[in-house]
Amino acid sequence: MSWRLRVDPIACTAHGLCAELLPEAIDLDEWGYPIIGPVPDRLLPLARRAVADCPTLALLLERDRPR
Amino acid sequence: MTTGTAAPHTVRLLAGYHALGRRAGLEDHLVQYGAPPATAGAALIQAVEESGLTGRGGGGFPTGRKLRSVAAGRRAAVVVVNAAEGEPASGKDRALLTVAPHLVLDGAVLAAGAVGAREIVVCVHAEPDAGTGKDPQTAVRRDGAATLADTVRRAIAEREAARPAPVPMRVTAVPPRYVASEETALVHWLDAGDARPLFTPPRPFERGVGGRPTLVSNAETYAHIALIARHGPAWFRSCGTPEAPGTALFTVSGVVARPGVVEAPLGTPVGEVLRLAGGPSEPLQAVLAGGYGGTWLPPDLLGLPTTPSAFRAAGLALGPGILVALPERACGVAESARVLAWLAAQTAGQCGPCVHGLPAIAADFAELAACRVSTELYRRLDRRLSVIPGRGACRHPDGAVRFAASALRVFGRHLRVHAHAEGCLLAQWPPVLPIPEEW
Ligand SMILES: Cc1cc2nc3c(=O)[nH]c(=O)nc-3n(C[C@H](O)[C@H](O)[C@H](O)COP(=O)(O)O)c2cc1C
Ligand code: SF4
Ligand code: SF4
Repeated sequence: MSWRLRVDPIACTAHGLCAELLPEAIDLDEWGYPIIGPVPDRLLPLARRAVADCPTLALLLERDRPR
Repeated sequence: MTTGTAAPHTVRLLAGYHALGRRAGLEDHLVQYGAPPATAGAALIQAVEESGLTGRGGGGFPTGRKLRSVAAGRRAAVVVVNAAEGEPASGKDRALLTVAPHLVLDGAVLAAGAVGAREIVVCVHAEPDAGTGKDPQTAVRRDGAATLADTVRRAIAEREAARPAPVPMRVTAVPPRYVASEETALVHWLDAGDARPLFTPPRPFERGVGGRPTLVSNAETYAHIALIARHGPAWFRSCGTPEAPGTALFTVSGVVARPGVVEAPLGTPVGEVLRLAGGPSEPLQAVLAGGYGGTWLPPDLLGLPTTPSAFRAAGLALGPGILVALPERACGVAESARVLAWLAAQTAGQCGPCVHGLPAIAADFAELAACRVSTELYRRLDRRLSVIPGRGACRHPDGAVRFAASALRVFGRHLRVHAHAEGCLLAQWPPVLPIPEEW
């Protein structure tokens, strides 16, 4: 089962905390908003932490299925 | 706007108008199309699925599948008719509701029966009031003409006078902003009076107005449903193409002899649809297809069939039925820059990549239009165009990026002129693409 991160762009306020925790999977754009890449399984624990630590609860960890 | 003519067998939604030459009252409507079938229910969903009807609001989603999803919800559903038509270059939904309101309302009533809805809401754009800052719900137009909301209310009253409606219908005027007619924005407006999109899922068909499964479809889509219920899927498929069956309304403007709304089978080549509106009145530089979230076509693509798949294969998007013919004498870069500035001003102000990204792209285009072209500018713009799509709560930024990227492709040669000029000689002409006035 693979997982992916998703941002609720309405809730995200560009704190950038997620990119600090997960630089391998999350980039910030020029305005400081996250650009999410694939999350390899070994990064799952960190991804969970990023989700829990996001100050606006804007990060979601979802099962990766085609929408 | 006028309504153009086409060969009779390819005119369905506008057939009544062509026969009458005026708005169809309830009586006229029944004479033209006959009464809708009394019981359609689940059979209607199957008929719509078999018909292959896709939504006419721009996304091209299969309508039958949407009906089935809404019907599968446990709670009583809501039917929303999206007639807000936020695209500045579109007039088809207004034209349709003005000349054949009962076709749209029949479709909404039939759909409500099929999905088990207890309420129908018709959403139109609020129109400019007399400058008194009045409630948009009761706004009257500056020119004194009836608002679209009034036109629809009058049609609803006609129906109620003839026979009590099986499902209550009401009209609501949403704020006149581009993004307010996006489907989750309509749900948000109806629930909380806030016409800004919501984060999805849940999508409206799962959980929409009041938490109920909600069918949001374009006004024209309902009119096709009304005819499928009467004549069946085989009839519907008797024109158009196997994967894009039926007819569609197109709003054709710019430099054509008879700008207005025409009806043509899907798959009709772009140039042929322009001819239904009188054809180009000047040499063309490009055609904008699909409105301000759509794509520019160079003149050598006028033979392209108007189907989603043909457009996709050419790296373009068909979108809603909108064609704007741009004359050779216009500056496509300046035209695109104006539209992008307007699109940037239309963000609902919620999502970073849209709130910051669209004004940034618009500013880059303003530089291009002002002949301040540099490699650095191109590099920055390319990066922005690749990084913004898919990162808003709604698809507004995706449309703006699609529009901007196609402008770079189609006006590439003219951009090379901008790179070496002090100013663009073409920019002296009045603009062709319409930008709504603020009110
Ligand atoms: C920014 C934006 C504006 C939209 N405006 C309209 C509109 O004015 N009318 C419309 O029917 N759909 C509009 N849509 C599409 C709707 O969200 C929705 O997909 C559509 O109403 C569904 O109807 P259909 O399935 O019949 O096409 C818009 C979408 C976006 C992203
Ligand atoms: S930590 Fe949360 S609010 Fe901050 S950038 Fe990441 S998603 Fe956005
Ligand atoms: S993507 Fe833009 S228009 Fe859509 S909800 Fe976010 S801010 Fe509003």
